[in-house]
Amino acid sequence: MSRIIGIDLGTTNSLVAYVDEATGLPRVIPDAEGRPLLPSVVAFTPDGIVVGEAARRQLARRPADTVYSVKRLMGRGFDDVKDDARYLPFRILPGEGLVKLAVGGREVTPPEVSAAVLKALKERAERHFGEAIEKAVVTVPAYFNDAQRQATKDAGRIAGLDVVRIVNEPTAASLAYGLHRLSAGVIAVYDLGGGTFDVSILRVKDGVFEVLATNGDTHLGGDDFDRVLALWLLEDIAARHHAELDRDCVDLARDPEAMQELRLAAEAAKIRLSSEERTTLTLPFAGFTYRREITRAELERLVEPLVARTLGPCRRALADAGLTAADIDEVVLVGGSTRVPLVRRRVQALFGKPPHSQLNPDEVVALGAAVQAYILAGGITNMLLLDVTPLSLGIESLGGIGNVLIARNTTIPTSAREMFTTSVDGQTLVDLHVLQGERELAKDCRSLGRFELRIDPMPAGMPKIEVTFLIDANGILQVQAKEQRSGKAASIEVKPTYGLSEAEVERMIEDSFTYAEADVETRMLIEARNEADTVLVHAERALKQGAQLVDADERAAIEAAVAALRAARAGDDRDRIREATTAVNRATEHLAELLMDAALKGALGSRRATEILGER
Amino acid sequence: MFGLPRALAVDAAELQRKFYVLAREHHPDFHQAAPPDERARVEATSAIVNAAYRTLRDPIARVDYLVRLEEGRETKEGATDRPKGPPALLQEMFEIQEALAEAKTGALDDAARATLVEQREGLRARMAEEEARLAGPLSARWDAAAPAERPAVLAVLKEALATRAYLRTVIGDLNEVLGEETSVAHHRH
Repeated sequence: MSRIIGIDLGTTNSLVAYVDEATGLPRVIPDAEGRPLLPSVVAFTPDGIVVGEAARRQLARRPADTVYSVKRLMGRGFDDVKDDARYLPFRILPGEGLVKLAVGGREVTPPEVSAAVLKALKERAERHFGEAIEKAVVTVPAYFNDAQRQATKDAGRIAGLDVVRIVNEPTAASLAYGLHRLSAGVIAVYDLGGGTFDVSILRVKDGVFEVLATNGDTHLGGDDFDRVLALWLLEDIAARHHAELDRDCVDLARDPEAMQELRLAAEAAKIRLSSEERTTLTLPFAGFTYRREITRAELERLVEPLVARTLGPCRRALADAGLTAADIDEVVLVGGSTRVPLVRRRVQALFGKPPHSQLNPDEVVALGAAVQAYILAGGITNMLLLDVTPLSLGIESLGGIGNVLIARNTTIPTSAREMFTTSVDGQTLVDLHVLQGERELAKDCRSLGRFELRIDPMPAGMPKIEVTFLIDANGILQVQAKEQRSGKAASIEVKPTYGLSEAEVERMIEDSFTYAEADVETRMLIEARNEADTVLVHAERALKQGAQLVDADERAAIEAAVAALRAARAGDDRDRIREATTAVNRATEHLAELLMDAALKGALGSRRATEILGER
Repeated sequence: MFGLPRALAVDAAELQRKFYVLAREHHPDFHQAAPPDERARVEATSAIVNAAYRTLRDPIARVDYLVRLEEGRETKEGATDRPKGPPALLQEMFEIQEALAEAKTGALDDAARATLVEQREGLRARMAEEEARLAGPLSARWDAAAPAERPAVLAVLKEALATRAYLRTVIGDLNEVLGEETSVAHHRH
C-alpha cells in the first residue's frame, strides 16, 4: 500500500504529519525553514497563487485578494455566511448554492482555495519523502455536515490528493493521545479551534475508540475572539482619537487595510494575554499612533459570552451519551484557542477535573490524522476508531424533517432503507429531498441535496423502489436505489444544495493546471517582493512621522536605501531585493527606536523603550 | 451474529466484547486494499453490525426487535406511523391534546405554559415508569415464559411499547409547543 499522509486542514493553520515506521510515532513535517504550521492563507496575486506565511504577511496590504479562514465558508451558502461576509475583507458573491469569492480578478469557490493549502502541504510531504504522494487522511470538525465534508473531499481532489478518509478532529486528537497517554475509560475531547468548536465523548477500551456522542458549533472559534476584541478596540480608537480621525476624514471601519492591521494586532494581543496578565498594543495609523494597555480581565470580559456558548454543546453531548460530567475519566484539550486561561477554567468547572494538554494543541489533530492514515495503510492493526454521524438525516416531508432515517450519534458506517412508490401513472422520476439536522433546532436543519431516481414507467403505486441511505466511515451519505419488481438499479442524479457537481470538480482539476501555483522560484521572488513592500510601507511611515527626530544625513541615508530597494523591487533578482530590504531595515533601525521611545514616553515616563521591551 | 441466546436479558459486557471483535473484523479501515466491490460489501456488513449492536444494547429496542421477530415483520428501524394512543390513556390525554391544539393556534400565556410544563413532567415520569417495566419485569417474564405462554406475554409487551411510543410522541409535541429542545426524540431510549 502506498504512503498515506495525515492532514489537519485548519481555519487558521494547517499541518501535515506521518507515522515514523522506525518508532511507530507520528511526526509533523516542517517546512524548509523548520516551521510546522502552514498559515491557511491564500493570496491571489498577478504573478500566481501564494500560500502560507508569505500570503499571511500581505494580509494587511492586499486584503481584497488574500483569503483567510476559508474553512468557515466550506460547504455553505451565501445566507449562511452573510454575518462573516461583513467582516471578511475579500468579496463574497451573493447567489444560490455554494458561495463564491471574487479575488484576484476571478471567481473561486472555497474548495479551490482549500485545495491550494492542501497542495502546498502535499508538496511539503513530497519534498520530505522524495516521492510522489497521492493519498491523504484529512480532518474536519466533528460537527461538519455532509456538504462541508464533501467540500473537503472535493478540495483534496482538486489538489491531486485522494482523500481516503475524512476523520473528525476531536477523534483524531484522541488517537494521538491514545497511542501512549490514555488508559481505558471515558474521555471528553474539547476542541476549540480558529473557527469551529467540537466536543466528543469517547469510550476507550481494548484498543477501540468508540465515540458515544458528539456536538458542536461550526461557527465558533478564536476568530470570534479576535473579532470582539478588534471591534472593542475600534470603539476605543474612535473615542480617543476622534479629533485626528475627523481632521483626516478617516473611517477606520471602512478601511479594509486598517481593519486587517487591527484584527492582526487583536489576535497577537489575545495570544500574549494567555501567558501575561497585561499587554500593550501599539498601532501606527496615518496621522496618529494608537496605544493602550489591555489586561487579561478585560479580554475575558469580552470573550466570556463566546466561551459560555461552548458549554451547551458539552451538556448535550453528555446527555446524548447517557452520561453525566462525573462519568468522565479524562478531559483532553485540543485547538489553539484552548490556550486561553478562561477556556481552561470553564472546562475544568464543567467536568470537575483538570484537563490534559500535554500534547501541543496545535499539532495533536495532525498527529492523530497520521495515526489514522497509518491504520488505513495497514501499519497498525490493534487500534480501531468507531465514530458517529453528528446530525440526524431525514427526508423532507411538509417542509421539515418528517421522518428521521438515521439519528444523530449513530455509529458509522450505518444504513437505513426506505420504500418509495409513484403517485402518477407512467411516472419515471421520483424526487427525494434529503435534509440533515435536528427538527428541534430549525437553524441546524438544512438541505443536503436532491436525489432524482429514474425508473421505467408503470401505473401509479406499482413501483416498489427500495432506497438505501448509507453513511460511510467518512460521515458522507451514499444513496442507492433499486426498483424491486424489475430488480433494476434506478439511476440517481445527485444535486447537492451547497456543493460542487461532478463536472465542476473536473473543471477545477483542469483549471488547477492552467492557474498553476507559482513555481518555487517565482514564489520566492514573490515572497521577497512582499517582504520589500512591507518594509517600504514601514520605512515611509517612519520618515513621515519622525522626520524631525533625525538629522539630515540620516534622513538622506534612509531615503537612498528606500530608493535602492524600489529599484531592486522592480527587477527580478531575488537576492538583490533581499539585500536592499536588509539595507533599509538597517538604515531605519535608529529612527524606529526613536519613534518607539516617543510613542511610549507619554504613558510610561521617560524610560527607554528598549528597557521596557527588555523586561517582557 | 453475536452468538447470544434469543432472550431479553443480555450480558452487557459480553455484548460489548463481541461487538468490538465483530467491528474489527468488518470495519472498512482494515479492508482498504480490497477491490471496490468488496469494500462496498464490507461497508454494508459493518453497517449491519453497528445496527445490531445499537439494537441489542438498548433494553427497549431489544423488546421492539423481539416483537418484530416473533411477528415475522420486516425489521425496520424507527416507526414511521404516528403511534395511536392506548385506550386506557385516551381519557386523560384528551385534556392535554385539547391544550396542545389551542397552543398551536394561539400564543401561550404564562399560566397555560406552566400547566403544560407540569403535564409534561407527569408524562415523562410515566414514560420512565413504562420503560422500567419493559426493561425489568416484563423482559424477565418473557425470558421465563414457556412456549405456550409466549403469545400472551408478547401481547403485553406490545401494549407497553405502544403506550411508551404514544407518550413519547405527546412529549415531543409538548416540547415543540413549548419551544424547547427535545432530548427525547433522539435520545437513546
